[in-house]
Amino acid sequence: MVSYTGLSPAVTITVEPARARKRQRREKLVSALVTLVGLSGIAAVVLIFVFVGKEALPLFTDAATHAEAGLDKMFWPQIVRAGKPAVFMWQPVSTVPKISMVPLFLGTLKITAVAMLLAVPFGVAAAVWVSEFAPRRLQEIIKPVIELLAGIPSVVLGFFALVVLATTLQDTLGFTYRLNAFLAGVGLALAITPVIFTVTEDALAAVPRSYREGSLALGATRLETALRVVLPAAAPGVLAAVVLGLGRAIGETMIVLMASGNAALVSPGIGDSARSLSATIAAEMGEVVVGSTHYRLLFFIGVELFLVTFVLNSVASAWVRRLMRRVSGAGVPQ
Amino acid sequence: MKRSRRVRDHLLVGLTAMAVVVILGMLALILFDVVRGGLGRLSWRFLTAAPEQGMTEGGIFPAIYGTAIMTLLMTVAVMPVGVTTAVYLHEYAPPGSKLAALVRIAVNNLAGVPSIVFGLFGLGFLVQFVGGGMDRLFNGGELRWGQPALIWASLTLAVLTLPVVIVSTEEALRAVPKDHRMASLALGATKSQTLWRVVLPGALPGILTGAVLAVSRGAGEVAPILFTGAAYYLPDLPHGLSGQFMHLGYHIYVLATQSPDVDATLPLLYSTVLVLLMLTFTLNLTAVAIRARTRRRAGAAAH
Repeated sequence: MVSYTGLSPAVTITVEPARARKRQRREKLVSALVTLVGLSGIAAVVLIFVFVGKEALPLFTDAATHAEAGLDKMFWPQIVRAGKPAVFMWQPVSTVPKISMVPLFLGTLKITAVAMLLAVPFGVAAAVWVSEFAPRRLQEIIKPVIELLAGIPSVVLGFFALVVLATTLQDTLGFTYRLNAFLAGVGLALAITPVIFTVTEDALAAVPRSYREGSLALGATRLETALRVVLPAAAPGVLAAVVLGLGRAIGETMIVLMASGNAALVSPGIGDSARSLSATIAAEMGEVVVGSTHYRLLFFIGVELFLVTFVLNSVASAWVRRLMRRVSGAGVPQ
Repeated sequence: MKRSRRVRDHLLVGLTAMAVVVILGMLALILFDVVRGGLGRLSWRFLTAAPEQGMTEGGIFPAIYGTAIMTLLMTVAVMPVGVTTAVYLHEYAPPGSKLAALVRIAVNNLAGVPSIVFGLFGLGFLVQFVGGGMDRLFNGGELRWGQPALIWASLTLAVLTLPVVIVSTEEALRAVPKDHRMASLALGATKSQTLWRVVLPGALPGILTGAVLAVSRGAGEVAPILFTGAAYYLPDLPHGLSGQFMHLGYHIYVLATQSPDVDATLPLLYSTVLVLLMLTFTLNLTAVAIRARTRRRAGAAAH
């Protein structure tokens, strides 16, 4: 006989032993099932890494594939034509495939740099205004509206960059090519500014009111308080925002695919066409022979993207944790 | 306060306000341009007819249908798994559990995996490993499942939207007062009964928000379905789970980049963008509205 006794000795709930056992068994089963399904997140990440990695692995384990596409060919200058200096060149579909990933890394770098240079100042400044200076009513409207911008599908932003921005930017800035790294960077900035804004705003909002009150009481202006007290206090969160934006920028595909022109050049100019790692996968996977070296190279690019964003994400969440420790350590009464 | 200090302050605050204006301005510009360009061709026929004459005439019904059916399948796949994972994290994991911490890290990182990598995963795992394996086992090696298909695209997006559902559901569970659980347990209900009859109903609006956000995200993603099931032009609607399908976002991508006659397709392209944008905005606004309503109600309950 199982009995549960509450605070009052008069209240005693009894359950028959057979039913109680059955109930207990059922509870254990539910708990086990929930835990099992709860592992889905881990399973997803592991499966992604294993199955994207599996398709790229023969580049390193299969002798013939390795000879065709070793790391030296991917990252070291290669002599393509006899008598000419060694170059970096991505031309995987050709009688003599050239598979240097350097132009792709460079393209990704250029486009991402443009996007970050635009998105970080705008995103952080907007977050500072909304969090520190905006009237409350306005705050409650602006935040969801900017989140709406984050909800625009990237293919729509790519379309906007390609159809509307491209001509405008070319006319005003005088680019030789309509589609170029700068345009892709601007399109990408539209996608990552809301990310940087939202995470930064959260970080600023997490800074205790007492910090601001202390600063204002000491005679600082609201601006001085915002820039010298609140922003430094929220610094780990702001850095996390920047890193998250960077991860998003490196991995974003459709905008870059539609707006960058996709020429794998080794050139420093942001007015030149560029090809990013992600866009390369999207553009070439459709026509590739399954199991070919080219196919494996595209999966290898996927592994690179996975690892880079994994590291950036881990850094960002470590910084968010640091911020939370810092502001909760201040011990402010709620 | 010194005058110069005040001027400087106003200037810098104005500058930060400018950033907000620029961001909102870009959003307004995008909306204005898409509405202006897309409204002209938008009609009932456009929404309900199939494309004609090399995409320069007709409508986009197959793309709307394909997007809807894909997101529906995705939702059916992702909701039970996502909600259960959140239930594990918030209700079942013991406090300080290492496993739960690991799940959280994994979910966090899953949210940051580039969408194109999900596409590779769909191709390598779902299409080739699972689909190819099904063909070898049940189909005598004949190609049926081992190629891009509706089911694989839906499942790829289900994995992609998993973090969205988990995060929203966990937030919703957190909002259910501890007292409700205590009261239920004190009345003799078991943990699973409490979960099913008290906690989940209380968290339902938040869970719905998660579903709506997942649908919005899933409907707009193109990179993951490029090589897992989307097709540019199909005369018929998809037959069953192993067929390919047309998709609004993919349609926009192809029309914008590979159209032989850009000027002829531009009006249609604009209208397609408008449809997709209206779809995602409606979904996102729905999520915002549900959230605002529950917050109001929670606020009212607290008083």
